[in-house]
Amino acid sequence: MPPQNHQVQAKASPNSPSLPDFIMQHSNQQRCEDPSMSDYGIRMETLFKECNQACGTKSLLPCGSNDGIKIPNQENCQMGDTSQTGKLQDWDPSIMLENLSFLEDKIHQIRGLLHLIANKKGQQLGQPDEIITQEKQLITANLTSIIVQLISTAGSLLPSVKLAASNTSPSVGQHGQIPGITFPSGLGPSSSSIQPQHDIRDKISDQSNQIDLTNMCEMEQNHMEEHELKDEEDGDEGENLPPGSFEILQLEKEEILAPHTHFCTICGKGFKRDANLRMHMRGHGDEYKTPEALAKPNKESESEPKLIKRYSCPYPGCKRNKDHKKFQPLKTILCVKNHYKRTHCDKSYICSRCHTKKFSVMADLKTHEKHCGKDKWLCSCGTTFSRKDKLFGHIALFQGHTPAIPLDESKAPVGQADMEITENNNNNNNNKGGSINLSFGSNASSCENGIQNMMNVKGITDDPISYLSSLNFETCNFGEFNDFPRPPFEDTTKGSFPFLMSESFNYSPKCGGESCPNNLL
Amino acid sequence: MEAPPRRPAINFFDLLTEEIILIILDHLRDPLARKSFSQVCKSFYSLESDHRKFIKPRILNFLPNVLRRFPSISQINFSLCPRVEDDTLSSISLAWNSSLETIDLSRSKFFTQKGLSSLATNCSSLLEINLSNRTTLTDSSLKAIGEAKNLERLWLTKCKSITDVGIGCLAVNCRKLKSICLRWCLRVTDYGVGLIAAKCKEIRSLDLSYLLITEKSLSAIFELEHLEALVLEHCHRLDDDGLVSFKKSCQSLKVLNLSHCQSITHIGLSALTNGAQNLEKIILSYSLSFTSDLAECLNDSPRLQSVNLDGIMVRCSGIRAIGNWHSSLKELSLSKCRLMSDECLSFTVQAHKELRKLDITFCRNITYASVDYITRSCPMLTSLRMESCTLVSRDAFLLIGRCQFLVEIDVADTDIDDEGLESIARCSKLCFLRLGMCLNVTDKGLSYIGSSCSKLTALDLYRLSEITDLGISSIADGCPSLEVINIAYNPNVTDNSLLSLSKCLKLRILEIRGCSCISSRGLSNIAVRCRQLTLLDIKRCNNVNDEGMIQLAQHSQKLNQIKLSCCSVTDVGLLALASMSCLNHISIYRLNKLTSYGLAAFLMSCQSLITVKLSTFFKSLLPEHIQESMEARGCVLVWREKESQAPFRRLNRWE
Repeated sequence: MPPQNHQVQAKASPNSPSLPDFIMQHSNQQRCEDPSMSDYGIRMETLFKECNQACGTKSLLPCGSNDGIKIPNQENCQMGDTSQTGKLQDWDPSIMLENLSFLEDKIHQIRGLLHLIANKKGQQLGQPDEIITQEKQLITANLTSIIVQLISTAGSLLPSVKLAASNTSPSVGQHGQIPGITFPSGLGPSSSSIQPQHDIRDKISDQSNQIDLTNMCEMEQNHMEEHELKDEEDGDEGENLPPGSFEILQLEKEEILAPHTHFCTICGKGFKRDANLRMHMRGHGDEYKTPEALAKPNKESESEPKLIKRYSCPYPGCKRNKDHKKFQPLKTILCVKNHYKRTHCDKSYICSRCHTKKFSVMADLKTHEKHCGKDKWLCSCGTTFSRKDKLFGHIALFQGHTPAIPLDESKAPVGQADMEITENNNNNNNNKGGSINLSFGSNASSCENGIQNMMNVKGITDDPISYLSSLNFETCNFGEFNDFPRPPFEDTTKGSFPFLMSESFNYSPKCGGESCPNNLL
Repeated sequence: MEAPPRRPAINFFDLLTEEIILIILDHLRDPLARKSFSQVCKSFYSLESDHRKFIKPRILNFLPNVLRRFPSISQINFSLCPRVEDDTLSSISLAWNSSLETIDLSRSKFFTQKGLSSLATNCSSLLEINLSNRTTLTDSSLKAIGEAKNLERLWLTKCKSITDVGIGCLAVNCRKLKSICLRWCLRVTDYGVGLIAAKCKEIRSLDLSYLLITEKSLSAIFELEHLEALVLEHCHRLDDDGLVSFKKSCQSLKVLNLSHCQSITHIGLSALTNGAQNLEKIILSYSLSFTSDLAECLNDSPRLQSVNLDGIMVRCSGIRAIGNWHSSLKELSLSKCRLMSDECLSFTVQAHKELRKLDITFCRNITYASVDYITRSCPMLTSLRMESCTLVSRDAFLLIGRCQFLVEIDVADTDIDDEGLESIARCSKLCFLRLGMCLNVTDKGLSYIGSSCSKLTALDLYRLSEITDLGISSIADGCPSLEVINIAYNPNVTDNSLLSLSKCLKLRILEIRGCSCISSRGLSNIAVRCRQLTLLDIKRCNNVNDEGMIQLAQHSQKLNQIKLSCCSVTDVGLLALASMSCLNHISIYRLNKLTSYGLAAFLMSCQSLITVKLSTFFKSLLPEHIQESMEARGCVLVWREKESQAPFRRLNRWE
């Protein structure tokens, strides 16, 4: 990788006659990779926010996943090469055709290869490892090449974007590739700016606090998509962070069980969410209606680096307590709350249907109540199951157990089937409703305005891409929710958003409007 | 001199051991012959009674006698008894508790879980039960069947009410199941099928057609070590996305039927066949297009012998790829592959010289060239079906004689002429010949067949307008073993034809629909001599009247099904038919001279009826209680408003 980056550097050096082309190309490619921005000013800001966010809250990607960065960098290099020849200057259908057919060939090739491998595997099981790794490498190389080609082709498919991009200042075009050029904060466009980038990765893995933010930013940008993809794997069990690689916070019992964490300084009313408090504050006078007052307080200054945070349960002897031998940290504040309530508190919520099941977390009760009394699936051994697959799993496991036939055989199955369907529908509805509510609760009210204002003020209303991409940007928010162990719709049943905890824990949920706070009012 | 008076004649049968007599008895296939045997003497009677293994009762009134007379019945077939009650089943189960192995209840109704339960508990050696078509069969019935611990084969076709729960009970209890058919059991899902696969490790054959199963249960099925036949017709939930995850198919698999699985392409198929080294037969009819990729999937099956690609969209490259397969095919079915070209077919048949059976029905693009290659490359061919290959010229049929081992030829709806038939006549082993709608065939052609194809058992002469009594008589003279003949819609055929056909004593099925020259006289000849007749179609034979029916009722004791719509039969004829003990199915549309009284009398008196097809005209005239009692007997009355003669449709006749 370093040599490749050097190559880029050499090409980008100001003495090179092709620099303007190159920069333009890069801005185009930037478009392809992250077509979210037409206005780079905004973009920088939002990216900063996002980066902070990501640095502070995300731990999904351990430092070892630097490999993920490789490909984009390689692309950059390769595209740098193509830009050198000046091929992509104009929109050329024939070149596009060429590219497309190249893609086609490649895909065909790789498919054949995979078939071959698959067949081989069926025939001979004991294959030496080298061959397998070789095959893997071959396929990876092929796939990489396809991706590169796809991106460059997609770029050339959008002539209008290119035009717009070339009109913007070339100096901002290169964000993400060469940090030095991008950021006015300092680092010159020398090769030294690349070097730190690699140091940073080392640093992160060394858990150093000295992280150059700009470079983090770049990394995180590259990782953004992967963050979003890794949604469901957030269980904190499989995290395997090396001990010491994160900061451990431990809240007190009272703090955990407190119903409210935000209190009005004037009237003392408590709120679960910081945003609600701010909305409430507006009633106390005009001075609380300014954009500054309404803006999310960002305690974490941008210059300060962030360390991955993990939480410890205050209960001594608990596996989630930091003093435990096999300590397993909790990932978010919500995890702490739910864990503490479930494990160390009384179960005060009793199911109103069966009057036997007890829960300490309201959401658990709600989940249970949905299924309570529907244990239709009965085994001959007397065990009941709420789900058909569980019953059949049970029967497959034990010798001699058979499914029991319900007494009103003729009617029961129909009822069951219907029930299942309606149940599914309910779930779906819940799901939908939940996610809709969510988006509204978290950002829609403020960010829609934000977007509109932004578009009006910046005069880019005629560029649909920016509009779309802003939305895309907003959807990034959803990536965060996946960090929470509960599905979102269950929280909505509570009517509150406890996961959007306060900034007091350095957890700063994004707000779309924030990127242009001046436009809010 | 008088010879010394001999001792009373020795009964030579006394010298034979019982075993030998029983072996002789085993060779008597015909029930009537066995009946004669048992009537010879008391000892034969008891021998036969003790030895009888199989019964197919018609009327259950005599069941108590039957139970006493035959102590060691192992197979019982109730398909002629639409009404079988629990009492019957329990008395059977008590009488034959140790011997009964097989029971067929696929056509019967009215029994419940109780009867099945007594059957399953008492008959410890029960191996096979057929419960198909019991749409009301419940899960508790299946639970009752679960008591038959030794059960190996079970048919549950169209048991639409059973669910996973019932299947679960069955799978857990009947661990020795080898074959199960769940076709059309629409409420059985992955869970039930998965449980069968998990619990019944001996499964050899599995029919899961029309089920909404997915790859989940299939992965469990492929764990079965002995699975040989897997039928997955119309399993639309199976698709590439799911199947692609399979590492390995079932190694023991021999027959795979994926007909009408339209979501499976070569990706899914390669997953299904990957590692199936023993695959012998694959059916892909009416699925997606047959491409070279698909052909590639089967290239590695060394034992593949039979491929069915009916109605599939063939790609030239795919068919050519068949030619490159390692295995040598014995059977290839390409019917309704409308795009099949000469070139592809020629290439394929040249590569598979061992081909025994070839079906190219409705391949309308093939011509002389294909037939040339087929007959030249595949000398061992035993079956050639090429109905409606309309572009094949007359000359091409001259080449068929090259394949002298042909047993089955279907050239219906083609341009074959008398010379072609002369060539076909060289196939001396010919048993099955279809010439329907070959308008160029005349009496001369039939005489060639009659003179040399003495083994012919089935002949189709549907709508050959040229043939006359002469042609039929040459067939009747030359083919004494003829069992099935169709001479429908031949206006020149008269009573003389039937007279000559009455020489074919084995005749079972006679279709003379629409032959207006035929009268009761001709029919009488058939009735008197062809005692084996089971199916008779005399629809639109206007000259057939009551006399013919009376003759039939007197002589054709085996007649099982008769179609007499649009004849001149009256109440008298119909009542005569009522005396036939075997008559199960009758269709009596548009009998103008029939009255409701006659019909009512017929329905009440003919006890063996199972299906009666009649026009809606009578529905209001027939008393309610008669209809109800018919239903109670298990007889189905099919009411239909029959319209007048459907127009002659050349193309759609066989489709």
